[in-house]
Amino acid sequence: MANLAAVVGIGQTSYTTKRDDVSIAGLVREAAVNALQDADLTWDDIDAVIIGKAPDMFEGVIMPEIYLTDALGCNGKPMMRVHTAGSVGGSTALVAASHVQSGTFKRVLTVAFEKQSESNAMWALSTPQPFSTHLNAGAGGYFAPIIREYMRRSEAPYDVGIKVAMKDRLHGARNPLAHLQKPDITMKEVEESFMLWDPIRFLEACPSSDGACAMVIANEELADQATKPPAWIRGVAMRSEPTMYAGREEVNPQAGKDCAADVYKQAGIVDPRRDLDCAEVYVPFSWYEPMWLENLGFAPEGEGWKLTMEGATSLDEGGDIPWNPSGGVLSSNPIGASGMIRFAEAARQVRGDAGAHQVEGAKLAMGHAYGGGAQFFAMWVVGAEKG
Amino acid sequence: MSEQEPITGIEAPIYLKYNFTAGAAPARFLSQVKRGVLTGQRCPLCEQVYFPPRGSCAACGVPTQEEVVLADKATVESFTIVAIPIPNNPIKPPYIIANLVADGANLSFIHLMSECVNEDVHIGQRVQAVWKPAEEWDYAMDNIRYFKPIDEPDVPVDRIGKISVAGWEG
Repeated sequence: MANLAAVVGIGQTSYTTKRDDVSIAGLVREAAVNALQDADLTWDDIDAVIIGKAPDMFEGVIMPEIYLTDALGCNGKPMMRVHTAGSVGGSTALVAASHVQSGTFKRVLTVAFEKQSESNAMWALSTPQPFSTHLNAGAGGYFAPIIREYMRRSEAPYDVGIKVAMKDRLHGARNPLAHLQKPDITMKEVEESFMLWDPIRFLEACPSSDGACAMVIANEELADQATKPPAWIRGVAMRSEPTMYAGREEVNPQAGKDCAADVYKQAGIVDPRRDLDCAEVYVPFSWYEPMWLENLGFAPEGEGWKLTMEGATSLDEGGDIPWNPSGGVLSSNPIGASGMIRFAEAARQVRGDAGAHQVEGAKLAMGHAYGGGAQFFAMWVVGAEKG
Repeated sequence: MSEQEPITGIEAPIYLKYNFTAGAAPARFLSQVKRGVLTGQRCPLCEQVYFPPRGSCAACGVPTQEEVVLADKATVESFTIVAIPIPNNPIKPPYIIANLVADGANLSFIHLMSECVNEDVHIGQRVQAVWKPAEEWDYAMDNIRYFKPIDEPDVPVDRIGKISVAGWEG
C-alpha cells in the first residue's frame, strides 16, 4: 500500500504565444519559484526534481533537462526526466507522486514545460518515414478522421464541438493565466472560423503556447504541516497501448478505459459524474470532450455529447460536473506542460484556491492527460480530505 | 556601444538527415513497393493482415511472416479535408488525407486522395492508387501519388477492414 502524499504548492507561468523575455531555463524557474512560494518553502526543502516535456524536436533542444538542473536548484540532488508525448505533464506528476508515495523522498518538485515559440511543433510531429507518405498534417490531421468517425457513430448534432469550443474559452476568460482571453466568444464566431482540418475549425483547436507548470508534492507528515490546504492524492494511474494494431478502437481507446477504472477504484469512485465535483481533462480539439466523457465513464457510449449540450460540463450554465473550469487545453497549450496543468488545476479546485474559476465546494477532482496517437494515458484523483 | 540593440534571440534552423534502417519486414515491403507491388503480412494467431507490415502483430505480440500481396484498391475508413499546405508538395489545399484500408488488409494507413470532389468524399468510398511513372519508383510509399475514387459500390461501414479479398463488388 502506497503512503499518503499531497500537493502542497502549485506554480504556473501565464500562458502566451511567445515568451521572448525568458529562456527555457527562465521559464521553468518562474513556475518552480511560484510553486515554492505557494508552498511557503525554499529550494533547500526539496529532495529531488522530476521534470517532463514533450518531444525535444518541439524546441530543437535535445535533452534540455541536462542544462536545466541549475535553474531548478537541483545541483547535488536527484533529477529525472519523463517523456510520454502529450500526456507527459500528467505522467511527470505521477512519477513525482510515486517517489513520495514509495517513501523514497519526502518532498519533491515537479515541473513540466513547453516553449513552442522556439520551434514548430506541427512540423516536428511530421518526420518523414519511407513506409508512409509524407503529409505534414500535424496532430489535427491525425485526430480529425477519428473525430469524424465519432460524429458518425454517435449521430451527435454538428455543433457539439462548437459548444465545447465556446464553453472552454468562457471558462478561460475567468482564468487570468489562460492564453486565449475571449470573454465575448459566441457559438456563431466558432462556427464561422476557418475550417483547418475538416471537421476541426480554427477555434475548435488548441492554441500554440509557451509556459510551464510546477508542483511541490510532500509526504503525509510534511503535508500536515503545510500552510495552505493540501490536495491529497487519492488515486494514480497510467496506461499505454500500441498506436497501430488491427482492430484497435481509436475513438474509445481501451487504455483510457482501463486507466480510468484503475484510478476510480483507488479513489472509491463508483459513478464519476456523481462522485467527482469537477474534472480537468485533456481536450486539445473540441470534440474530444464528448469522446472522453464516454471513454472516462461520465456518460454511456454514444451519449457524451448530451452532457455537453445540456450544460452539465459548463461552469457558466451551473453544470453538475464542470469540465476544464480553467479553460483547458483549448485555452492554453504549452504541450509538455498541458497535462500537468490539468493535474495542478484539479488540485487547485480541491484546495479551494482556483479564484474566479473555482467550482463551489469542490472536494474531489480528476486530472487527465493523453498523448501520442491517444496511446498514453495518465490520470489522478485529488481530494480535500485524506480519504 | 550603448546604442546597440540587445540580442534576445537568434534563428538557428536545424536540418536532420538520417539513414532509415528498415528491419526485415519494412525492407521486404519497401523492396516490393519499389516494384509497384503492395505487400502485407498476416498474423498467425488473429489472422489479421497488416499493411504496411512491421514484422509483428501488436495485438497478439507475435512475429508475422506470411506475406500477402494486396491489390492497389482500398476503402475510405475516415478522412479529413486539410486547409494547410504541404511544404514542397504540388497538391494545394484544400486536399484530402484519408485513412484507407487496402483490400485484404485489416487496418488503415494514411494517404492522399485526389481527382475527387472533396465534399463528396465519404466513409466507405472505394478508391484506387494512382502511381508515379515506373521509372520514378523508389523504396517509398510516395510511389503512389494519391488515391482516386472508383466506380464501385460503397463498403458498408461495419465491414470496412473486414472484407478479405480485393475487388469488393457490393
